[in-house]
Amino acid sequence: MTATGFGDLTLLLAIPVLGAALLLFLPRRWSAALFSLALCASAGDFFWSLRIFNLFDAGNGDMQFVERVAWMPNFGIQYILGIDGISLFLVLLTTLLMPLAILASWPVKDRVKEYLIFMLLLETGMLGAFVALDLFLFYVFWEVMLVPMYFLIGVWGGARRIYAALKFVIYTMAGSLLMLVAIIYLATRHAQLTQVFTFDLLELYGLTLPFDQQSWLFLAFALSFAIKVPLFPFHTWLPDAHVEAPTAGSVILAGVLLKLGTYGFLRFAIPLFPDAAQAALPSLIALAVIGIVYGAVVAMMQSDIKKLVAYSSVSHLGFVMLGLCSLNLQGVQGAIYQMLNHGLSTGALFLLVGMLYDRRHTRMIDDFGGLWQQIPVFSSMLLFVTFASIGLPGLNGFVGEFLILLGAFAVAPGWTAVAATGVILGAIYMLWMFRRVIFGPLSNPENQRLTDLSGRELTILAPIVLLILYMGVFPQPFLSRMQPAVELTLKRILTVPPALPAPSAAEENLSGEQPDDGR
Amino acid sequence: MDVNLAPLLPAIQVLVTALVVVGRDLFIDEDEPKGVLAFYSLVGLGLAAAEVAVLLTGRQESAFGDSIVLDNFALFFTLIFLLAAALTILSSIHYVRQTRIHEGEFYALILFATVGMIVMAAANDLMVFFLALETMSIAVYVLTGMWRASGRASEASMKYFLMGAFATGFLLYGIALIYGATGSTNLNQIAAYLLDQPSEWPLYLIGGGFLLLIGFAFKVGAVPFHFWVPDVYDGAPTPVTGFMSVAVKAAAFAAWARILLYKFSPFESDWAFPLWIITIATMTLGNLLAITQTSVKRMLAYSSIAHAGYLLIPIVVGVEWGGMALLFYLLTYSFMTLGAFAVLTSLSEEDEPRESYSDFAGLGFKRPFLALAMSLFMLSLAGFPPLAGFTGKFYVFRSAVLAGYLNLAIIGVLNSLLSVIYYLRVIVAMYMEEGGAEGKSIRQAPFVYLAVTIAVIGTVYLGILPGSALNWSRLAFFSLE
Repeated sequence: MTATGFGDLTLLLAIPVLGAALLLFLPRRWSAALFSLALCASAGDFFWSLRIFNLFDAGNGDMQFVERVAWMPNFGIQYILGIDGISLFLVLLTTLLMPLAILASWPVKDRVKEYLIFMLLLETGMLGAFVALDLFLFYVFWEVMLVPMYFLIGVWGGARRIYAALKFVIYTMAGSLLMLVAIIYLATRHAQLTQVFTFDLLELYGLTLPFDQQSWLFLAFALSFAIKVPLFPFHTWLPDAHVEAPTAGSVILAGVLLKLGTYGFLRFAIPLFPDAAQAALPSLIALAVIGIVYGAVVAMMQSDIKKLVAYSSVSHLGFVMLGLCSLNLQGVQGAIYQMLNHGLSTGALFLLVGMLYDRRHTRMIDDFGGLWQQIPVFSSMLLFVTFASIGLPGLNGFVGEFLILLGAFAVAPGWTAVAATGVILGAIYMLWMFRRVIFGPLSNPENQRLTDLSGRELTILAPIVLLILYMGVFPQPFLSRMQPAVELTLKRILTVPPALPAPSAAEENLSGEQPDDGR
Repeated sequence: MDVNLAPLLPAIQVLVTALVVVGRDLFIDEDEPKGVLAFYSLVGLGLAAAEVAVLLTGRQESAFGDSIVLDNFALFFTLIFLLAAALTILSSIHYVRQTRIHEGEFYALILFATVGMIVMAAANDLMVFFLALETMSIAVYVLTGMWRASGRASEASMKYFLMGAFATGFLLYGIALIYGATGSTNLNQIAAYLLDQPSEWPLYLIGGGFLLLIGFAFKVGAVPFHFWVPDVYDGAPTPVTGFMSVAVKAAAFAAWARILLYKFSPFESDWAFPLWIITIATMTLGNLLAITQTSVKRMLAYSSIAHAGYLLIPIVVGVEWGGMALLFYLLTYSFMTLGAFAVLTSLSEEDEPRESYSDFAGLGFKRPFLALAMSLFMLSLAGFPPLAGFTGKFYVFRSAVLAGYLNLAIIGVLNSLLSVIYYLRVIVAMYMEEGGAEGKSIRQAPFVYLAVTIAVIGTVYLGILPGSALNWSRLAFFSLE
């Protein structure tokens, strides 16, 4: 591939930055104009990503919309962007959640201008990390994301925001800096073996290193991604960051940022070092399953709704990791699907918690009860999203979890059986929380003054709710676009692909009319 | 004796400017504003930069019996010195008035120090190097103590002078031993000697090399020769601290790169291990102590020790891979550090220095531009992309990995992690804490804003489009011969 110049994906990355640049020049007292501009920029980016989705060739597993520009030509660093069936939906998830998060930030009154600028810069950072195909460029975007998130938590967060923000940055950087050394080392090894100094991911895929070098490199990459996911036991930054972050920050953090960790495993760590990755799979599976159960159990103990949702993320992301580690089509497709599901349902949960918090300024489960009588629309929304989160058949979460368990069962039946209990635990803590918040007597007088969802809030939730339903009933349009890319990735990893059960049979059964499977 | 003034042209330009400033100062009354002197200085520096641009054609010349050379390496460093001097003068215009430092002498001394640095980078003879070093050092000793009303400044000046004299002793003794062994102070002849008889080096030659090494380590503030750095940097007038931590350090590294790294490269294997230890100790100790500081100025002093550690990595790595990384890192380091000190300078008030973290509290929303710039400098120093500090560190670590010093790269990135803690604390104070000092005088200091803006542009530009600067660094290092 030769230099192709800038194209559609660059515009995708540029729109939020341009929006942020324009914001810089608006006076800070025009807060409505600031919001509208940020909303336009992020919504415009969403429509641009829809255009990319339309032009995307569903049957092609290779990178599409590839752009390639020399950046530091003498040092093998290029600006390479591209998108495939794996990153396509993550990009769409990002561009969808961002305008919703901005819309949800309307109650923010303090330093609106900076807030919106950081949100838009964050969007570019995340999108860039999803579409970068040069390891140097990827690293740049990976780190660029940190700074706006740091500010969002640190300036607009809760009481312990500074501690949480610093912890977030330090944890993430601890992993990523070692990854930087690994990236340099990988490129150096490539240069020594092929005389070409490059950070081009697709070329580095072709490099086969001895096992011990692969192991160290894999370890460095995996640590960085495991912290981001977060995989047990690297998860301790997450509850702090989530609880202290403002609502939109939590939505983006859970909805998109965590996915970058699992995406990193699938795009970088595993295919670049397949032998080491396969040797590490048992331990990764073990950590994933421990995370599933641990996250669920800890979530059950929480008295703060937001913290409960945060720990549920640890559990859900454990499922995603389990699916990825199965390294077969169902498992990996399920994992990607579950990334989207988690982004939508947990995003919606954080939004709902935020809406409740805006009204009552508390998130303690004990402060609520009997809300159904007072705010039925809110309660039904929460019910719907709760069902999505616990994987009720007919909603999106079920498809993902089912595929993951199916894929993982072929590889590690014992661990998968343990993981399946996480599904049950998930139902327990979510429904228990729901019962305590929504049902029961409406005893607290403060709750009797609550107002139901406004038009703005319904507008935010509607697209998510519709997508949850759609993805639960029609997974095929999503899965079919992922399939070629996933197959290609798996082919890269497993030189001799193991025999898989026919994928179509498994997917046809997933259209929502599943018989009761014990939940 | 071949007289060729071309290699000395920028130095002469700056020297003449300094003399003009001193002369013009005599004809201005004590109470009158002396901004015109700063203007003269800046014009002189600009002219010198223009001369560098003219000379920058890749020509290689030497003069005065091969004791001064003109090459891209010297010109590269000359530009760094000119930049540092110009930004320092821009950010001190208001400061010197506030602190009642004598303006004429202040600017002239900065220019004299710059002359010394320029000659240092071009010196091809140990004696010329030594003279240039002294020219620079004595001017900077005086600059450190120029704020006579401040007891801390006088103490710092005294300390700096004593420590500097001590380091000079090491250097001179090293030069003497090397002269004794090789019969010459000319670097080319010494290099030829080292290459010719690699097995018959007398012990005192190696001793001389190590004494030079110690002298340089003193000058750049490497552990364990760093004890003077915090007190001197803290006590000196803030713009002078910026000047010291960039220009003086760059000059020392320029001489280190030319003399030890390049000409003495046969020694590489002898000092690789001690230098390896010094490098790790410098990075780690600098960062650990920086975390504990409560004053931003002192934090920056320790952070400059840590950065000296990063700068030592390419020197350990050796001549093949390290040269370009060293030069490029110095360039990036200049912009972000000068910028940080310019912001710090702009906060100071007549009677209080305003250097602690609490003085930065709330700055983000009171002085949005300064705070934004300071955030960029801090993030860049901490090594966040896409800023200059990241690209600089990237190439430093790359050189370590390429040369097989994976351990240095790993320790280096872990140190970057440590540094994040204290750099982000400045941002925490500016954006996440309330209160702090209400500035009055900042408005009257447009030149500080200019200096900060230049530094911001450099920091961002070298982060996003470092290509040409990288190539230039490489050409500059490989112009050594």
